[in-house]
Amino acid sequence: MHPLFDTKNSPRLVWAGVAVVALTLLVLPFALAQIGTTWVRITNYAILYVLLALGLNIVVGFAGLLDLGYIAFYAVGAYTYALLASPHFGLHLPFWAILPIGALVAAFFGVLLGAPTLKLRGDYLAIVTLGFGEIVRIFLNNLSRPVNLTNGPQGVTGIDPFSLGDFSFARSETFLGLTFSGPIKYYYLLLAVMVGILALNVRLQDSRIGRAWEAVREDETAARAMGINTTHMKLLAFAMGATFGGVAGGMFSAIQGFISPESFILVESILVVSMVVLGGMGNIWGVVLGAVLLSFVPEILRWTVEPMQRALFGHMLVEPEVIRMLIFGFALVLIMLYRPAGLLPSAVRKRELARDDDAA
Amino acid sequence: MDIFLQQVVNGLTLGSVYAIVALGYTMVYGIIQLINFAHGEVVMIGAMVAFSVITVLAGTAMPPLLVVLTGVACAVPVCMLVGYGMERLAYRPLRRAPRLAPLITAIGVSIILQHLALLVWSRNVMAFPQIIRAETYTVGGAAITNVQVAIVLLCVAIMGGLAFLVYRTRLGTAMRATAQNPQVAGLMGVDVNRVIAATFVIGAGLAAVAGVMVGTYYGIAQYTMGSILGLKAFAAAVLGGIGNIPGAMLGGVLLGVVEALGAGYIGDVTDMCRYSWLAGLVEERCRADGHFILFGSNYQDVFAFVVLILVLVLRPSGLLGERVGDRA
Repeated sequence: MHPLFDTKNSPRLVWAGVAVVALTLLVLPFALAQIGTTWVRITNYAILYVLLALGLNIVVGFAGLLDLGYIAFYAVGAYTYALLASPHFGLHLPFWAILPIGALVAAFFGVLLGAPTLKLRGDYLAIVTLGFGEIVRIFLNNLSRPVNLTNGPQGVTGIDPFSLGDFSFARSETFLGLTFSGPIKYYYLLLAVMVGILALNVRLQDSRIGRAWEAVREDETAARAMGINTTHMKLLAFAMGATFGGVAGGMFSAIQGFISPESFILVESILVVSMVVLGGMGNIWGVVLGAVLLSFVPEILRWTVEPMQRALFGHMLVEPEVIRMLIFGFALVLIMLYRPAGLLPSAVRKRELARDDDAA
Repeated sequence: MDIFLQQVVNGLTLGSVYAIVALGYTMVYGIIQLINFAHGEVVMIGAMVAFSVITVLAGTAMPPLLVVLTGVACAVPVCMLVGYGMERLAYRPLRRAPRLAPLITAIGVSIILQHLALLVWSRNVMAFPQIIRAETYTVGGAAITNVQVAIVLLCVAIMGGLAFLVYRTRLGTAMRATAQNPQVAGLMGVDVNRVIAATFVIGAGLAAVAGVMVGTYYGIAQYTMGSILGLKAFAAAVLGGIGNIPGAMLGGVLLGVVEALGAGYIGDVTDMCRYSWLAGLVEERCRADGHFILFGSNYQDVFAFVVLILVLVLRPSGLLGERVGDRA
């Protein structure tokens, strides 16, 4: 098959493509702001999900460890930020000081979860991580007594937005005739972080560590025989995935200004897993695609299904939320049945799954 | 009232329900090494169907026992159908796929079942109609209700029946043979696909009964009740040694008792005012309230997970499990 875009032989085409994408991403918030600032906010949350999915992809996609409690690290990062920059304890540390702390705390939790579960095989690990996620949520819900650490189910309010000196990300500002509202500023910040983390992921994948993860995923015994310290590698995957989750959580906290344990329920973990699986485990671009799709589809549903039902039946029959969850459920099942390597499969996964099909 | 005895009684009741649900996990795992993640949702469907039927029949003049039995009789076939359907559509095509694939479809099935239930029964909590007159007996300082007695007796009967099925019938022999080696069992004339489907159906039937029992015990049912119950039952199955039928029974009962005792005593144990060397730290609070409780009974749900993690770390094969190999 002759490829439509022969990227291998014409690097110029690649750069042109990159330029188009970059330009689109730079202009996007202003275009979206025309429809409504809500859509800029939605895009911001979509980027947060991309960050989360990329973090989980390290654990699930690269190292092959199914983690069903990933949202716990997001929660840890979010709460770390919230507690260190809100009136709750009266602490107002700057974000560049908190984000590393949040990342470290999340990494610590990653190792805490990883260390006892290293010996476990895939499906056991999935359940234990799920349990871990629930434990974290139960603690967040109940640690308001006897000492009020987390403020329980009410959550933490009045969280500081990001600010650098006098420059606050929450304020609206006009610059060169363009109005930069709070969400638009956050968009650019998130975009920068996302590009950084993407670059990190791409570099990581083909690095010594990335190849070691792949070896562990394919055959742990063989990997150990090749001199890979599998224990270290798995712990590292957990810690790194957790770190990304923690950073995303901290940003979520600042953007939202309010967090409660409700944001970190099991469904959220499953949602992030769905993104990774749908897009293609282990393929960075696939994961990005999965995250973008699954964060926008429900919003589009919310804007179309509800008015449509009101027009057709006069009232709402099926909540968009239910449709969204049903779509996730069916997507997980159908993808596994018909396209087990995801929408954009990683090269290795594709080969591996094809081989398994032959054996069947 | 004796708290210890009371909590043991409560734990035994809930534990025997866990055991019934755990049997569903363990039988499926024993045969095809799959964690049927959606099993908890089957329990929920069972409870919802039975509650609907019971609510409709509660207004009629039928005797209460007959009403409940009719509810169970409707729930069991529905759940069996669900169990068969999910095996057929979501698991069978993936039997030779990498291990993570069926686990992910299982998560998908669980989401689908939960939200279909939400569509059918709405978000509201269904209350169990007050048709059974609760009678309380006092035995050695613990209060036991007739519902608790019925649940425990029924569970014992079910476990007995299942043991008979697995160890004394042709189907049971075929199930055990398939669990040991599906290829060889197939060569011996066992229809492996049918045996696996039968296992799912039996597990789903048990789940339906368990759903009715747990719903009756708590007096409520909701579309979200399945996931946490399923997780606890899975923890019970692992505690007993997954794939091992007596293990699931033992694990369920033990987990129920551990949970009940834990919830009953954690407040006392973590009351810092009880320990003279710690009380100094929180002297003011101790003097004001008399208690400084770190963890209260609202941490009840944590116990199952802690037990699960401890078992997996210390003895991955569980209490009664033998085959270790690559399974953990």
